Amino acid sequence: MSFNATRPNLLAAPGVAWLMAFMVVPCLLVLSYAFFQRGVWGGIDYTFTLENFARVADPLYARIFLNSARIALTTTVIAILIAYPAAYAISRAPRLRQPILLFFAVLPFWSNYLIRTYAWIVLLNREGLVNNLIRSLGYTGEPLSLLYTEGAVITGLVYNYLPFVILAIYSTLSRLNPELMEASRDLGAGPVRTFWRVTLPLTLPGVAAGGVFVFVLSIGNFVTPALLGGGRFQMVGNLVYDQFLTANDWPFGAALGMALIATMIVLLFAQARATAHASGEGRGEAA
Amino acid sequence: MKARNGKVALRAAAAVIAMSLTAGTASAADLVISNWDGYMAKDIAESFKAATGLEIEVVNHATNEEIMGKLMASGGKGYDIVFVSSPFAEVLNAQGLVEPLDKSAIPNLANLYPEAAALAYDPGNAFSVPYTWGTTGLCYRSDKVSGTPDSWMSLLQPADDIKGKTTMLATDRWLMGAGLLAKGYSVNEADPAKINEARDLLIEAKKTLLAYDDTTFYSKLVSGEASLVHAWDGWCNYGISENKDIKFVVPKEGSDLWVDTMVVLKGSENKDNAMKFINFILDAKNHAWAAENILYKVPNKAAMESLPAALGEQYPNMKMPPAELAKYELLRDLGPAQKDYSRAVSEIKAAN
Repeated sequence: MSFNATRPNLLAAPGVAWLMAFMVVPCLLVLSYAFFQRGVWGGIDYTFTLENFARVADPLYARIFLNSARIALTTTVIAILIAYPAAYAISRAPRLRQPILLFFAVLPFWSNYLIRTYAWIVLLNREGLVNNLIRSLGYTGEPLSLLYTEGAVITGLVYNYLPFVILAIYSTLSRLNPELMEASRDLGAGPVRTFWRVTLPLTLPGVAAGGVFVFVLSIGNFVTPALLGGGRFQMVGNLVYDQFLTANDWPFGAALGMALIATMIVLLFAQARATAHASGEGRGEAA
Repeated sequence: MKARNGKVALRAAAAVIAMSLTAGTASAADLVISNWDGYMAKDIAESFKAATGLEIEVVNHATNEEIMGKLMASGGKGYDIVFVSSPFAEVLNAQGLVEPLDKSAIPNLANLYPEAAALAYDPGNAFSVPYTWGTTGLCYRSDKVSGTPDSWMSLLQPADDIKGKTTMLATDRWLMGAGLLAKGYSVNEADPAKINEARDLLIEAKKTLLAYDDTTFYSKLVSGEASLVHAWDGWCNYGISENKDIKFVVPKEGSDLWVDTMVVLKGSENKDNAMKFINFILDAKNHAWAAENILYKVPNKAAMESLPAALGEQYPNMKMPPAELAKYELLRDLGPAQKDYSRAVSEIKAAN
């Protein structure tokens, strides 16, 4: 009996140890800097202070937080709107073809994130492919300024995180019992009504999981705003990056990081709760 | 200020990886040197070995901040020589991490220009040797900009035809420097009211910018995406090498003088060898490598005089005399004012 109880723990031990040693402990170390002062020479002066947290709440930084949240939310909504129909189409494709379609959906992940982001620079810049294309179609005005705009940042984020959302939504769609849709039709609902009343509500946990994932990854992203936004859009991730790598203000960077991680944990927790709640409800109905 | 290759994000990624991999730098080499990638001749280890019989190991750092983080964490252990920009050399010295230079072991110090031995952060080269130096100014397409953009205001309040075709450096000190110099203030200004004036000017300027760019501004000039960019002189040369219409100018309000230096660490167990290496770099032929290949000015009179005349013809800013360079103000460590600079930069970046 004791063997049965400990075996799962033993199996999880390497994973847990890995996470503790390379994720939790370093994170806690860095975050602990948030309670100290920046040394005059850029190091850390080990005098306890809460000043860094007060600075995080300063309207300037709060505005950067809110602006990042807005960009991340826009990204999330667009990603879901694109991913849902795609996931739906894949789940309706013949069983044998589905793995191939999924393979194509995640194919971009096989190349480096930076290279994919640079590809957008090649596409969007003023002398880039898009501008050359419209010029060859007879457009003669000033080249369009597509790059270094908020739109470019959102495009880059959507593009990079879309596969996550497709996979998350696909996983709930593919597990959906087809008999439920049949029952809906038998009871007189048309396809549209069946979708809105049966399919969509049952796949919301997948939408939520994909959505939270994109949101969390987008709000902390610093590479895409730096490259596609031309540094003109400051997101929280850039702010944290700057504190560590240019301003040499590790305590403030740590405090910002803590606020960011707290936001992510709250969201992931809420999403997990919602999913547990939804699947619990599902089981209740089935019984 | 930094070696040419590598883009900012790649550097960031490299920095993260490097930080995670360099818990300890044990080495069998006689000397461990940390430098920016591409900032020394590729065959430096072979040529130094041929000259002295000593083995060196060269480690790369992507940014000043990265090597500073490592040195602070290790108390200066693990490296014998590091290449850092002057404000960081100043910090290392203030923290007691660098070794005073043994001048008797470095006779080639005589090759330096007198101006290079009188730099305010280290007069007389007590603890640091300048490796490269230069200015920050305007790099532009003379075929697209009318007249010579000889003022910082040409960048901050550009003429209508180049609006949306200008870029600025994003790093705190240079971004703020442009605003401070335009206002007639010091690049090390510590008065919050003056910092705020520069900030407001830079927020206005942001509306006319294509992007902030520390790494690819010269390619934007070459491709025609930008017409006028905020640039280090050496990097403008990379643009000039691809397009003869590209020119560099130091605005009439002035520039900062940036200096990248070599320092020997106090924690080094091979200080004698380290002095030999510095002497080796200061040899005219070896130091001229940096000027010829990185297209940065080097503060070495013998090296600069050995350069082919064609180099100065092609890249006029290579001919800037040391007396002119020395007129400009050195970037100094800001101490407590760094916070005000960071905040101002955040405000600029967050402004719409």
